[in-house]
Amino acid sequence: MTQTTDYSDNSFALPSLTKSASDDIQEKFIAAILFSCALVSVFTTFGIIFIIFQETFSFFQEVSLAQFFLDTRWTPLFAQRHFGIWPLLNGTFSTSLVAMAVAIPLGLSSAIYLSEYAKPKVAAFLRPAVELLAGIPTVVHGYFALLFVTPALRNFLPLEVFNALSAGLMMGIMITPTVGSISLDAIQSVPRSLREGAYALGVTKVETIFKVVLPAALSGISASIILGISRAVGETMTVLIAAGQQPRLTLNLFESVATLTAFMAQISGGDSPRGSLNFKTLYAVGAVLFVITLALNLASYIISHRFKEKYE
Amino acid sequence: MTAQSTNFQEFENPVFTAEGVKVYYSGFLALLDVYLQIPKNQIIAFIGPSGCGKSTLLRCYNRMNDLIPGAKVEGILNYHNVNIYDPSINSVKLRRQVGMVFQRPNPFPKSIYENITYAPKANGYKGNLDQLVEESLRKAAIWNEVKDKLKEKGTALSGGQQQRLCIARAIAMKPDVLLMDEPCSALDPISTRQVEELCLQLKGQYTIIMVTHNMQQATRVADWTAFFNTFQDESGKRRGKLVEFSPTEKLFNDPTTKEAADYISGRFG
Amino acid sequence: MAQSTQSDNSLNSAEFTDNIDGREKVGKVFEILFLIGLLVGLFVLALMLLNIGHDGLSSLFRPGFLTETPSRFPERGGIRPAIFGSVILGLIVILVAVPIGVGAALYLEEYAPKKWWTAFIEINISNLAGVPSIVYGLLGLGVFNYLLGFGATLISGALTLALLSLPVIIVTAREAIRSVPDSLRNASYGLGTTKWQTIQNHVLPYAIPGILTGVIISVSRALGDAASLVVIGAVSFLTFDPGLFQRFMALPIQIFSYITRPEPGFANVAAASILVLLFVIFALNGVAIYIRQHFTIAK
Repeated sequence: MTQTTDYSDNSFALPSLTKSASDDIQEKFIAAILFSCALVSVFTTFGIIFIIFQETFSFFQEVSLAQFFLDTRWTPLFAQRHFGIWPLLNGTFSTSLVAMAVAIPLGLSSAIYLSEYAKPKVAAFLRPAVELLAGIPTVVHGYFALLFVTPALRNFLPLEVFNALSAGLMMGIMITPTVGSISLDAIQSVPRSLREGAYALGVTKVETIFKVVLPAALSGISASIILGISRAVGETMTVLIAAGQQPRLTLNLFESVATLTAFMAQISGGDSPRGSLNFKTLYAVGAVLFVITLALNLASYIISHRFKEKYE
Repeated sequence: MTAQSTNFQEFENPVFTAEGVKVYYSGFLALLDVYLQIPKNQIIAFIGPSGCGKSTLLRCYNRMNDLIPGAKVEGILNYHNVNIYDPSINSVKLRRQVGMVFQRPNPFPKSIYENITYAPKANGYKGNLDQLVEESLRKAAIWNEVKDKLKEKGTALSGGQQQRLCIARAIAMKPDVLLMDEPCSALDPISTRQVEELCLQLKGQYTIIMVTHNMQQATRVADWTAFFNTFQDESGKRRGKLVEFSPTEKLFNDPTTKEAADYISGRFG
Repeated sequence: MAQSTQSDNSLNSAEFTDNIDGREKVGKVFEILFLIGLLVGLFVLALMLLNIGHDGLSSLFRPGFLTETPSRFPERGGIRPAIFGSVILGLIVILVAVPIGVGAALYLEEYAPKKWWTAFIEINISNLAGVPSIVYGLLGLGVFNYLLGFGATLISGALTLALLSLPVIIVTAREAIRSVPDSLRNASYGLGTTKWQTIQNHVLPYAIPGILTGVIISVSRALGDAASLVVIGAVSFLTFDPGLFQRFMALPIQIFSYITRPEPGFANVAAASILVLLFVIFALNGVAIYIRQHFTIAK
């Protein structure tokens, strides 16, 4: 065996392995900077909660909770001021309902077709097209609803110029990609073996879809729907432009309504001075909006994480 | 119950000395008290069934276990008389001295040249990089195959070539120890043979510790072999321990422990 | 072999109804329904683009539309301050939100221990991604306009949009970083390099295409957002290119303001402004798709 020359007896000069102050400091410094970046998100949430609820609290010094939750009229800008939140909730609810009535069937159909029927080349081309739809700013949906959909529908429906139906329809189109792409991921995650098991038993494709694939993808699909509702509730421009700014307690989709978001935009753009009661309504309504979307987002997160555990 | 091997070998100026090393994964004791010295400039094989702790111990030598969440090491592990698990030790500096080659070749998705120069540059290498690249690739017996394509991606090479590139990359840091974790298990027989030949050439300059599940490989290349095994303790849980450490020929022809004898004979025929 | 009690080879024919044809027909109907569902959305998209193109193209190519400031008459003037505002907003969003977002993602993926508070941060970010943009407007109003005293200026709008973009950037960056294989990290650590060297030289380069895609998607959303800017106090008529601490406007605000004017002619300039905005957004998304396809590192 060749005699080594590198290490003779005990004179192998081992370089120092101990930590020097500077190595540690540099790594700790970098970790600290990155940690503070992560903290920005925490501060954002606390900022939102603090600012909204501070003004909301001040609002409720002047308007009682009973008025807010029991009155059925919302007329803060009129001489006879009423502060019942229901008309705004009604506006948000009816437009979102129409939106989901559009987005769920269209989104699910797209997801099912792209995943189960479309040839890979076609799917590869269509998926970016759906993503493109998702990137369209909502003012565009508002424009189209007001200046194309409403006039077109008025040919055979007794619609007001501003109405919940057109706004809701375009919101639905806007949300379809959200429901569609999350559902598509959920459906594609269902293992092939499940489908093949059904086919091997002589079940047709559509039966497999309804009885095996969709139930297996249910939590992902539910999460996508809940997220879609959250987007509908939080959407501003489409409803501001096309649904109107008249708070009303009505189920008639042909009339104009005001949503929580439209009211908030209206007050912001107006001349209510800071500190006035009218200005505080902005925050009170904002608080209601935030709580609703928080609940929906949490529900969606919990459901979709249960679903991820199943297949990982 | 200690699991000291029945034949503790002492060497003059051992590279590593383990004294009562235990490894826990998330609170579970996976490898029991290891007492083991590693001699210089030899090839030492770690063999044994899965779960016996051989890879676990290997990863202690360069503190790669630190990267596994929940992994804890107790006991003393001396590298040239310095306890590398002392809190004052910088594991990055340790890994410059103790290199590692992994089971699946993992060259960086960069050029062959950059694969070799990345770590030396990051560690402030003051010499000539071109020379370092050629020297390392020559020592890894792959220079002739890649000298004209140093700018090509390391990931474009064949499996056996990638592994030799990884060895060259480790050598470029001029370590004194090379740890190899089943380096041939993802390779075909010809590439395996090339890597084994390479190890035999390298042991003149480096101490090589190689985990292998292939007993014949141990007989082909290793001077010393450590046999690890799993056992079931009183609570019924399976843990790993070091059973015997002998010169390879002795372990395979005339093992001291019955466990080793059973393991070895069970594999043949 | 057991004696078969059936006379022909269509086994079980006595025990099952021969309804395959009917079921297959139903299947075909559903297939068509699903396809229609997919096509409706695309059809509406096409209709929107055609309608807006029809309404706005002539105004778009009118000389000066892109370079002049607005006038009271829709047939004159242009949308330059809005374009300028949107460009500056976009740049600031990128400069602020990308480092913070990627930094947060790196922390959560490479440094954070698996404790309860890291799960809390993750849920928090997931919620923030779904908070309506108008609520971000409220936040910006309180923090930037009032607390920091910037008022209803360009910088307030930009920082608000940056906060709006942050959660999506963090989520996509995390996925990109998570997809870097551990074997790469192990190779780097095994050679005696530090965590930050490993991240800088191996993790980030590998993750950049994914991160860039997320950045572009986030920025295009910020460019198209009007609700938060309405709350911040963007103006609907501006005759100069604003500085950071001046009143400002942006393309979506310009579009909104034109839409709400009932006089004829404003619908056309609204449509033309939409075309400008859509062009920018589609171009950005096109870049994202290109990057994703050409720069993802082949395994």
